[in-house]
Amino acid sequence: MLFTSYEFLEFLLILFLLYYLLPGRWQWKLLLAAGFVFYFYAGPVYCVYILVTILTTWFAGRRIEAERDKRDIWLKEHKEGLSKEEKKSIKAKIKHRTWIWTLCCLLFNLGILAVVKYTNFVIANLNGLLKAVGSGRPFDFLNIIVPLGISFYTFQSMGYIIDVYRGTVEAEKNPFRFALFVSFFPQLIQGPISRFGDLKKTLFEEHPFDKQTVALGLQRILWGFFKKLVIADRIVAGVNTLIHDADAYRGAYVFVGMLFYALELYADFTGGIDITIGIAQTLGIKVTENFNRPYFSKNIKEYWNRWHITMGSWFTDYIFYPISVCKPMLKLSKFSRNHLGEVVGKRVPVYLSSFVVWFATGIWHGASWNFIVWGLGNWLVIMVSQELEPLYQKFHDTFPVRGKFAFRLFQVVRTVLLMSCLRMFDCYRDVPLTFRMFGSMFSEGNWNILWNGALLKIGLSAVDYFVLLIGLMLLITVSLIQRKGSVREKIGRLPYWGRFALWYGLFLTVLLTGAYGVGYDSSQFIYNQF
Amino acid sequence: MKGKKICRTIATVVIIAGSLALLQRLLTPKYTDGIIEGALIAEYYGEEKDHDVIFIGDCEVYENFSPAVLWEEYGINSYIRGSAQQLIWQSYYLLEDTLRYETPKVVVFNVLSMQYDEPQKEAYNRMTLEGMKWSLSKVKSIYASMTSKEKFEDYLFPILRYHSRWSELNEADLKNMFETPKVSHNGYYMRVDAKAAENIPEPRPLGDYQFGKNAYLYLDKMVKLCEEKGIQLILIKAPSLYPHWYDQWEVQMEEYAEAHGLLYYNFLECIDEIGLDFQTDTYDAGLHLNLSGAEKLSTYFGRLLAEETAVTDRRSEAELERRWQQKLAAYEEEKRQQYIQYGIK
Repeated sequence: MLFTSYEFLEFLLILFLLYYLLPGRWQWKLLLAAGFVFYFYAGPVYCVYILVTILTTWFAGRRIEAERDKRDIWLKEHKEGLSKEEKKSIKAKIKHRTWIWTLCCLLFNLGILAVVKYTNFVIANLNGLLKAVGSGRPFDFLNIIVPLGISFYTFQSMGYIIDVYRGTVEAEKNPFRFALFVSFFPQLIQGPISRFGDLKKTLFEEHPFDKQTVALGLQRILWGFFKKLVIADRIVAGVNTLIHDADAYRGAYVFVGMLFYALELYADFTGGIDITIGIAQTLGIKVTENFNRPYFSKNIKEYWNRWHITMGSWFTDYIFYPISVCKPMLKLSKFSRNHLGEVVGKRVPVYLSSFVVWFATGIWHGASWNFIVWGLGNWLVIMVSQELEPLYQKFHDTFPVRGKFAFRLFQVVRTVLLMSCLRMFDCYRDVPLTFRMFGSMFSEGNWNILWNGALLKIGLSAVDYFVLLIGLMLLITVSLIQRKGSVREKIGRLPYWGRFALWYGLFLTVLLTGAYGVGYDSSQFIYNQF
Repeated sequence: MKGKKICRTIATVVIIAGSLALLQRLLTPKYTDGIIEGALIAEYYGEEKDHDVIFIGDCEVYENFSPAVLWEEYGINSYIRGSAQQLIWQSYYLLEDTLRYETPKVVVFNVLSMQYDEPQKEAYNRMTLEGMKWSLSKVKSIYASMTSKEKFEDYLFPILRYHSRWSELNEADLKNMFETPKVSHNGYYMRVDAKAAENIPEPRPLGDYQFGKNAYLYLDKMVKLCEEKGIQLILIKAPSLYPHWYDQWEVQMEEYAEAHGLLYYNFLECIDEIGLDFQTDTYDAGLHLNLSGAEKLSTYFGRLLAEETAVTDRRSEAELERRWQQKLAAYEEEKRQQYIQYGIK
């Protein structure tokens, strides 16, 4: 069920009515049932995968908690007769056991993710190698179904088990409540990747109907629909034309495609997340924000702190930090400081850890080299800009432009262009082709297509451009207003008819200019594929 | 304070409902120029419903029979409920819909649509289904007709289907927002121009000539419904030269009619008897008859109806005669205008 489909809206309406009509204690149970109906609708077989992840993770969590309880009871009972060393040894033993449970759970579930998502990627690379050495019969590709949203719910579950292991959250006793945490349908297929500690605060509570909260949720959903249907699903026709016949659209077309794709991805993903957070809000549940006006970032590092925030923090908390402080890395750090000097030596572990994180980020997005190169491209840009920091400092000391509007604008445009360039790997999904297309921007010299009407022949009409322009202006205006607080709250302070005019106007805009229904190919949200 | 809030809520609901209704009317195609076939189905509801003969079918009925001639020559009060590529289940549900309003003595069904066993094209579905008034028959017809990309919600709220028409609205959309002018003459779509049938494409051999189960299912339902209502069902194949009517199809229809005791006329077999000349009696090279052809066919079929069915001459009924005189005047006026438009003397 696509978020923008009639079926989903009907499903939502029925759920909403039942949610507020049923007694509060039934609400979370209803959400659990709804999650499975939603997932079953996507493909009955998917339910098996998610159930396996739920059960194994819940069980491992319970085992970790049980080991700790056992330890605490035993220590309490033998409090008097134990020396400090004995206590320490017992704690270490139990910690080891909890680590074994955690590791088994991680390996098992990440193993499922690896098998379903990456087996054919490995086979393709093996076949490539075999072909290169000119030997052997290529391996056949496996017909594996990749369950919808597996990357999201697996990461969410694994985050939980690590948190339980670290003792930052208590293991959930009720398997059904844990099942709801994993299968909470609005965020099931494209995130945000919630933490158990955050989501449980409102997920299992009783939520009486609150007009204000529901209204805010509906407004957020509407804004999400605007981004998805009016912008993303309209511009996608042009993007597809430029990408699918890449060699026919070189040079300036690549530049246009690059910017169009950046806009499509932004509108599509943030629109999807707006819908997700809005739905949760109408149900009284608070889901973590995933974006903070990323295209207003001054550099790529800042961009990644403001784009897909929950994924970034997941990788930081569960991959970057553990790798940075693991024993081999500490040894390497010591070794490199001793042999390469303090300045270079201290960078080695940081760069290596971030390399792993960006490699993982790339491959998490998709089982192909373009995503890996895209991930490492981000790593390279961040590392280079970090290395160039002294130079920047020198520049700013000489030219005090920091804080000036023109310089801030330059930084924002630079970030947009850099990110758009990197996204070309995602867009063309073929590394050599991406480099070829990128190069053609500087060699073709066909910039006259920007004004000679050629852009009206790429699947977008003058009406489409008009709608997109208005949509983009609205997006920018809202983002600018957001700098000084929530737009919805600001609108909420307007007189009734002012509020009505704005929201109903937005509704009519989505209704009339949205790219949906017969005649439009309803596109799946891009991040559903990850 | 409470009263103010109630008033405000009512005003909000009225503004939303009213503006959406107006927008829907504005954006929905009116079919008053260009493809006027889309307006045929809805026109029926504005009629006095005491017809003796109802024609049901696709373009081979609404372009090939003239109810005006049937009245003028035989006093038969008839109406055509047909639309472009009207599929057999659409015909069945349209018949069900018609019988909610009246019970004619005879129903004439053109069998060309037996060739289709599955939903075909959204555009044609729209032209047939949108004009129907809401009823269970319409709902069933929509569900039976939808192609894989269509959604029931788009029929329920046509604004969802036509939301993007805002960029192509014209003066006619505004002018005909609340009332559309009549485009047919008791369901007959008049064309006076002629284009000789000269290059009829050779029939393509088919993999399977057997009519589908679904087609037979709805034909059976049509037979049963007519039996229940005491209506005589007549099956016909109109004399259109193209699309080709295969011999194998003909055999199946003859056998079906015989098995169910129905009259079946294949007018392709009596083109000379009717007096049709496909040099002058078709406006699109043999697909459909023009006015001249339709009038000849109506004269011929009217005689059969008068002789073979219980339909009687009603020209002596003053009120009906008065209504028909008005209709005939409109019929003659459009003839005159079309003759001028096509430069025919």
